[in-house]
Formats: sequence, structure tokens, C-alpha cells
Amino acid sequence: MSGPSSSPADRRRLWSGLALPGSLWLAVFFLVPAYTIACVAFGRVDPVFRDAVPVWNPLQWQFDDAGEVMSSVISGPLRGVLLRTTAYVIVAVAVCLVAGYPIAYYVARQTGTRRTVLLGLMVIPFWVSLLMRLLSWVNLLEPDGLASRALRIVGIDRQWLNGSHITVVFGLVYGYLPFLILPLYAALDRLDWRLVEAARDLGATTTQAFRWVTLPLSRAGIAAGSVLIALPMFGDYYTTDLLSRSPRTAMMGTQIDFFLNGSSQKQKGATLVLVLAVLLALVMTWYLVSLARTRREQS
Amino acid sequence: MTGRFRGLAFVTWAYLIWSLVPVAIAIVFSFNDGRSRTVWQGFSLRWWIGDSEQSLLNDPSLHTALANSLLLAVGSIVITVPLGVLLAIGLDRWRSRTSSAVGWMNSLPLVTPEIVTGAALLITFTTLYTSIPLGRPAQLIGHVTFSLSFVVVTVRARLVALGTSYEEAARDLGATRRQAIRLVLLPLLTPAIVAGCVIVFASSIDNFVISSFLSAGSSSETVPVKIYSAVRASSSPALNALATALVVVSFAALILSIVLLTRWQRRRTGSAGFHSAVNDVTQMDL
Repeated sequence: MSGPSSSPADRRRLWSGLALPGSLWLAVFFLVPAYTIACVAFGRVDPVFRDAVPVWNPLQWQFDDAGEVMSSVISGPLRGVLLRTTAYVIVAVAVCLVAGYPIAYYVARQTGTRRTVLLGLMVIPFWVSLLMRLLSWVNLLEPDGLASRALRIVGIDRQWLNGSHITVVFGLVYGYLPFLILPLYAALDRLDWRLVEAARDLGATTTQAFRWVTLPLSRAGIAAGSVLIALPMFGDYYTTDLLSRSPRTAMMGTQIDFFLNGSSQKQKGATLVLVLAVLLALVMTWYLVSLARTRREQS
Repeated sequence: MTGRFRGLAFVTWAYLIWSLVPVAIAIVFSFNDGRSRTVWQGFSLRWWIGDSEQSLLNDPSLHTALANSLLLAVGSIVITVPLGVLLAIGLDRWRSRTSSAVGWMNSLPLVTPEIVTGAALLITFTTLYTSIPLGRPAQLIGHVTFSLSFVVVTVRARLVALGTSYEEAARDLGATRRQAIRLVLLPLLTPAIVAGCVIVFASSIDNFVISSFLSAGSSSETVPVKIYSAVRASSSPALNALATALVVVSFAALILSIVLLTRWQRRRTGSAGFHSAVNDVTQMDL
């Protein structure tokens, strides 16, 4: 125990000591697994047991098997899966933005009790397991489900849970929209509305003020929210699995789940995880670069 | 003003109905008298307690899943919150190149999709850390790993808001650094610590991907994993009852944390702390 006048070295020891257990945990259970993925993807496959054997020394990595998976992603059967995943994510994020922005805008312009009630209702989905929320739609979209029957009354009669792209994108929107609305709301809530009023005072119409003031000022929130939901969507496999169960709607996550859990093809699974991670790192980099640019412009 | 917002109000309420009513219907159907989860046949408690084999009370696979979910959530709190609080204090005060590297490492799990974390842990547990069996031990480690960063972010935000003046005052009055942390800083951090507990609990209860990747068969199924595996098989409203039970548990935890924090704030400041307790727990300005 040191007295009140502790030395800088002692202080450093105290602070780094406090940080040590958590840092160790992250190193052992996050960094090491991240490295292990690469060691398995670029490792060997046991010729007898067909089991993946990680190679820990990067100098001994071999890229033949990973190259096979890569060529499948670029020009083989996995190409369709990657393109489909990307298309689903782009469409779903776009729908989420178009639907979510007006909602976030409306809530941000409310005050008092009404705002509190709205926000309270918006947060409820965070407290209901995503799987339960999907389960509720499986119930509704089954052939004799309430939604299917209602749609049949208006003349739309189809199998919703059997390889329908619409259902999968719908499910992605349903699952992730709440997670977009809140960051959008936070961005609009922080927005300096006096600037919008100033534009109106200077003669801008409501539409012009929105187009040239509100929208640019909320760009950072739009980008942050989109990235926030796009990243997990790229790895999603349960939405398409629960709502479609068809290879026609398989996503990247479905393939990874199949390689690692469905069949024991750890090496292929590890390679595909790396592909996904690189893809997402690109999305993340794009976001950080555009964030830095926005900050520079505003300062 | 109201006229301009009428269209937006309509969209917002339509969204809320669309987002909440399906779940409400699923909850209602857990009380269905028939086997269907789609056609209402009258009210009964048979899928909760009545049926001697298939109800939530009597089907071991259902209440095992519920017990596993709760066990994992409580276990995650016990490990994650102390680790996260200490890491946050350490990172906030310890200014060096190493600490900013650790700060970076801490933000990585936040932007890594669960499937990447889950796959990496699965591969590591089956090739490198083979002494840690898949199932509950591996799942617990997985849950702690992805929720640790949430706690650190929450607590650091509060640390920044507090500044160092309270601790300095304590030090001027003769407290050692460790005493200042224990007797002054930790009590001031209570709202953030409670919020951290709530986040860890909720994200653990909700988690599907990591629980599923690291499970070892039906004995370590959690509620989301059970829903996933059973919804494809022909299933009964007992599955809805199971999902509803989890929702009830989540909201009970939320309410409990708000009540506890309100009482804590009343005792400290003497004023009504309900509003600020809600804001602290949900981390929003309601």
C-alpha cells in the first residue's frame, strides 16, 4: 500500500494492473482465436482423419486449399452465394433507411410524454430475442397463418416460407430495423435545428431545407446506422434458415454454418470466415474514411 | 406543425404496430387450447403447465433450455462486469502506447459479427484449447468475450463524465489511491455498473449465434437455440410458451434493475431517482 504521495511508477502499476485481467481475457479469447482461424485456413488437412490441422508458423502456411475456396467464391458455386448475400444486405439496408429515417425524424421532433412513450415502445424489440421475433413471423406466414390468410383475402396466394427472396429480405428488415432507428434518432436529436430554421428564414422551402440542411447534417448518423446493421446482416444465417430453409436463399453465413456445423469441413469454413472478415473490414474502412472526411469538412 | 407531421406520425405508429403485434400474437398463442400456433382454439394453460409431457413445465428439453439461458446470463454477469469495470478504469487512467493498443483490441469485438467470433472460438476450442469442452463452459467464455466491450464502453462513458475531481478530493483528505477507488469511485460508478449488468444479461439471453456454434448437443441448448432447432420440426405452442417465458425474464430483469437503482439514488440524493434510473439503465434520455 502506498501513501497519498505515490510515485508515477506505482500509479502505472496500479492502472495497468486493473486493466490486466480484462486485457488478458481479450488476448486469449479474441486475438488468439482470430489468429487460429488463419492457421486453420492456411493449415493442413490430416490425410487419414480428414481433420484440419492448424499450422502455427506463418512461414509454413500453404494456400492451395484456401485458393480453391477463393476460386469458388470468385468464379464457382460460392460466387452466387456471395452476390446474393450482398444483394440481400444492400436491399434490406436501403429499405431500412427509407422506412427508418422518417420514423427517427418524427420521434426526434417530439417532446415530453409522447417522445418518452414512443422511445419506450421503440426499445421493446431490444428486449425480445431475435429468434422469438422470427418465430412470430414463422407462425404468421405458415400456410394457415394469420398473415398468409389475410393476404389470401386480398388475392395474394403463395408459399411464403419456401425459398422466397421477398420473405428473407422482409425478415432481415424486420430483424434489424430497430437497431437502425435508434442511432438515426440519436443523430437527429443532436442536430442543431436552429440551422434548419435559419434556412427557412432565408427563404428555403421545407423540402429544400430538408434536402440541403437536415439531410447533410444527419449523414454521419445514416452512415453509422447503416454500417451497424450491415455488418451483422452479412453474417446472418438464421433469418434465411428460419424463414426459407431453401438453398435458393442461402447466404454466406449459411455456408459457414454448413462447413463448420453441418459437415466437418473446418478448413473451408475457416477460409470463408476470413473472406467474410476481409469483406467486412473493407466496409468498416470505407465507413471510417468517410467519417474522417465528414469531420474534416465540418471543422 | 401537427399537420406537417401527420404522415410521419402514421408511418411511425404503423411501424410500431408492425414491429410489436407479431410478438404479441406469438405470446397469445402460447395460451392456445389446440396444437396449432396459427388457429385460435380457446384459452388454456396446457402448453405452460397442463400437458403432462409437452408443456413447458413438464418437457425436460424446454426447461433445460430455460435453465441454460439463465445460468449463462448470470454467469456472464459475474465474470464480465468485474473484468469490464476494472479494464475501463485502467484504460481511462493509464495513458500509454500499450493502453491505446488495448483500447483498440477492446473495440474489435464490437464491430466483429457474431458469426466470425463464434466460428473463431469453435475452431479454437476444437484445435487449440481442447481442455475446454464445448457446451456450457465454452458458451460462457464466448458470452463473456462478446459482452466485455459493452461494459467497458458503458463504464468509460461514465468515467469521462465524472472526471477525476472526486477522487482527488478523497486523496487530499488522506485516502490512498486504492481507497479512493473503492470508497469514492466505485460507488459513483454504480449506475454504469448496473447498466453494464443489464446489457450483459440482455445480450447473453438474446444471443443465438455464439450459443449455437459452441453448444454440445441438446444438453447445452439455450432458449434461442431451442427455438431454432424446434421451429423446423413440427412443434407445439409450448415453444411459444418457452419464448414468452424468456421475454418475461428479460423484462423482469430490466424492471428489477430500475427499481434497485431508483432506491439507490433515493438513498444517496434524497430525491426521486426513478427517471434518472430509467435513463441510466437504458442509456437513453427518455
